[in-house]
Amino acid sequence: MADSARLRIDATFRHEAGRLVGALTRLLGDFDIAEEAVQDALAEAVARWPAEGVPERPAAWLQTTARNRAIDRLRREARGREKLALIAADPLRDLGAVPQAEPDERLRLLFLCCHPALSADAQVALTLRAVAGLTTAEIASAFLTSESTISQRILRAKRKVAAARIPYRMPDEQLGERLPAVLAVLYLMFNEGYLSSHAGEPQRRWLQEEAEQLAELLTRLMPREPEPLGLLALMRLHLARSPARFDPAGGIVRLRDQDRSRWDTAAITRAIRLLRRAASLGRPGPYQIQAAILAVHAEAPCWEATDWPQIVALYDLLLRHDDTPVVRLNRLIAVAATAGPQAALAEAEPLRDALAGYHLYHATRAELLRALGRGPDADAADRQALRLAGNPAERALITSRLAGG
Amino acid sequence: MKYLLMFVSNDETTQRSEAERAAISEKIGTWWTEHSQAGRILNGEQLQGADTATTVRHDHGNVSIVDGPFIEAKEEIGGYGLIDVPNLDAAIDMARSWPWGGVVEIRPVFEMGQESQG
Repeated sequence: MADSARLRIDATFRHEAGRLVGALTRLLGDFDIAEEAVQDALAEAVARWPAEGVPERPAAWLQTTARNRAIDRLRREARGREKLALIAADPLRDLGAVPQAEPDERLRLLFLCCHPALSADAQVALTLRAVAGLTTAEIASAFLTSESTISQRILRAKRKVAAARIPYRMPDEQLGERLPAVLAVLYLMFNEGYLSSHAGEPQRRWLQEEAEQLAELLTRLMPREPEPLGLLALMRLHLARSPARFDPAGGIVRLRDQDRSRWDTAAITRAIRLLRRAASLGRPGPYQIQAAILAVHAEAPCWEATDWPQIVALYDLLLRHDDTPVVRLNRLIAVAATAGPQAALAEAEPLRDALAGYHLYHATRAELLRALGRGPDADAADRQALRLAGNPAERALITSRLAGG
Repeated sequence: MKYLLMFVSNDETTQRSEAERAAISEKIGTWWTEHSQAGRILNGEQLQGADTATTVRHDHGNVSIVDGPFIEAKEEIGGYGLIDVPNLDAAIDMARSWPWGGVVEIRPVFEMGQESQG
């Protein structure tokens, strides 16, 4: 019961959170109060639903509760009176029926949270809380940092929104310039859902779906921009493979071991069509290239038949847009397939300083060492990876490798 | 909402030739007039160079007077404008179109009735 209530909270709340925060922000002109009120409503649902049962209309319950909590907060504030009048005049009755023609409330909220006047760290934290409805504790665990750090970050960002009067509106002119931050936050949100470090919950489908929906909205809002299309294709290619990503016990199945007949081939075809549409706009970018890498994998009948030279070429192209140690690390598997594990291992060495704290660096080295027949060295690298991995499914995978599985 | 735009010079702006300066000064004149007439600029001034600055520093009751700006930096404040626009995006748009280039810091002005932000 407790679990199913929790699932209902996830399904209902996460979807409604951004819309509610947005509608209340628009109504009150006060992002901070709107956001706090919606978090209050979430906390109340978490406290009450497991014991009292899920209300008949959970979305309506959340809306009413968030509105009441906003009123409570306004009553405590010196300047709350005129805002109380606003909320009394508009009971948010039509919130559930936002006209389709209007850009989604959550998208507007997303652009507010990703405003360039806020730091990148704050953008991510604020988006996850306000748009995706994560609690501060969940965000902290996702980024392996303390709750007080995240809470300070959010507090400071919300103060700046109010003090510097960052407007709640869709940017009309500098939309393209503000796009990279929005795309980065959405992909992070998707990845957090795809492989979250949240204990006991390796895959949070709802978070992926939220990120995917927002990306899709973005493509409709900006049909001439190729990168939102690239990001959407990338997400959908990931999702198309997800039925094969976990074994029945919840363990991770690596790409090379996945049962490719369980991939959603129709979804893959549609995603590749999306990617072609992006490519036809003639401006390649990091998301389109990453999607292209996934598409090459998706079209291969098996791991061995993968077009590795093509994947190396795409990674080289990606490095021109986004030269980071993690991209270089991901490229190594393709290098191992084309130039051999020894060459890949040599290329891993210069990445050590930057990636020593990243479990996948050690796991990748372990894989290369094992391919070279250096079992004890591979085990040592895997043990290092195990010490750093937070996700239970990933930990299980490394443990089974250490056990010779 | 009132904001203070602080116009800061940097390497690029200080290395300009006389002719370049003159051409940009003309653009600044147009920019300033346009925004003033629209009621967006309340006031503002160009400042003399940081080599003319004097800093008075209070330290637990002691006052010291020193030659020069309060921080030593390559970038120095060359002028300011007090503007009144609806929100930060409008202030950013103005800063973006500032003809002199360099760096523009935007600071919201504390308004009565607003909670102190520490």
